Amino acid sequence: MNENLFTSFITPMMLGLPLVTLIILFPSLLFPSSNRLINNRLVSLQQWALQLMSKQMMSIHNTKGQTWTLMLMSLILFIGSTNLLGLLPHSFTPTTQLSMNLGMAIPLWAGAVITGFRNKTKASLAHFLPQGTPTPLIPMLVIIETISLFIQPMALAVRLTANITAGHLLIYLIGGATLALTSISPTTALITFIILILLTILEFAVAMIQAYVFTLLVSLYLHDNT
Amino acid sequence: LASLMNLMEKKLLEVKLGELPSWILMRDFTPSGIAGAFQRGYYRYYNKYVNVKKGSIAGLSMVLAAYVFLNYCRSYKELKHERLRKYH
Repeated sequence: MNENLFTSFITPMMLGLPLVTLIILFPSLLFPSSNRLINNRLVSLQQWALQLMSKQMMSIHNTKGQTWTLMLMSLILFIGSTNLLGLLPHSFTPTTQLSMNLGMAIPLWAGAVITGFRNKTKASLAHFLPQGTPTPLIPMLVIIETISLFIQPMALAVRLTANITAGHLLIYLIGGATLALTSISPTTALITFIILILLTILEFAVAMIQAYVFTLLVSLYLHDNT
Repeated sequence: LASLMNLMEKKLLEVKLGELPSWILMRDFTPSGIAGAFQRGYYRYYNKYVNVKKGSIAGLSMVLAAYVFLNYCRSYKELKHERLRKYH
């Protein structure tokens, strides 16, 4: 066990050089671009997945909202690939850093909200008051809706950070427990190992689901505002 | 000077051992030269293992294995305290 449980989450530096930039740029190596009609297997697979995702996610928007397709598709590819690469042993996951998730969530949320305010001011302001509220409740409700609006970017960032960090931490702890138990009682170690396998399967799912949820929520905020 | 022209055309494995220092010093170390070297290396790997008619999982997994290995080297300093020894 490390002297500090969180040493695997510190920003990687080497001799003072920011290695973390290279690690963030690495997933782009795995998505080659191609100009051909019929490509190699890797590129064809990625193009199929991208088409599936964009149809599923962007069909609810109108023309103005669909201009965000490029942004949202690159977002889901980036978060998905960084989360999945973080499941490899000894690797560093940039999405565990709250700073990076805030940097992704706040500009996207702010872009959606400001677009709504600029182009459809009355409709955006009308979001603060759901239909059919009794008159005495109106001031309370406007305050509550404002708070819930401003909490959206924080919730986006913290949700992603907490989920991925918690998953990595659980894998680390249960793996350590399995190792420590092998010398004491192999049966318990076997049970713990099975728990570890189930957890890893869950983490694969979580990696992709979190990317999906992030992008879906941004697209919902966009839908409200276009 | 004829030997200098010969040196420029040879690749690394064809250079004789005595000529090695001058060969290294002659390489292009400008930023565009280094970028060109990375680009050539990338396309060499890509065209051999990925951009083929029936590419297999090996093309991607070799890259991921190298990634794991480099991350292990990066975090060796913290990992060496976790070896199974009686006295650390």
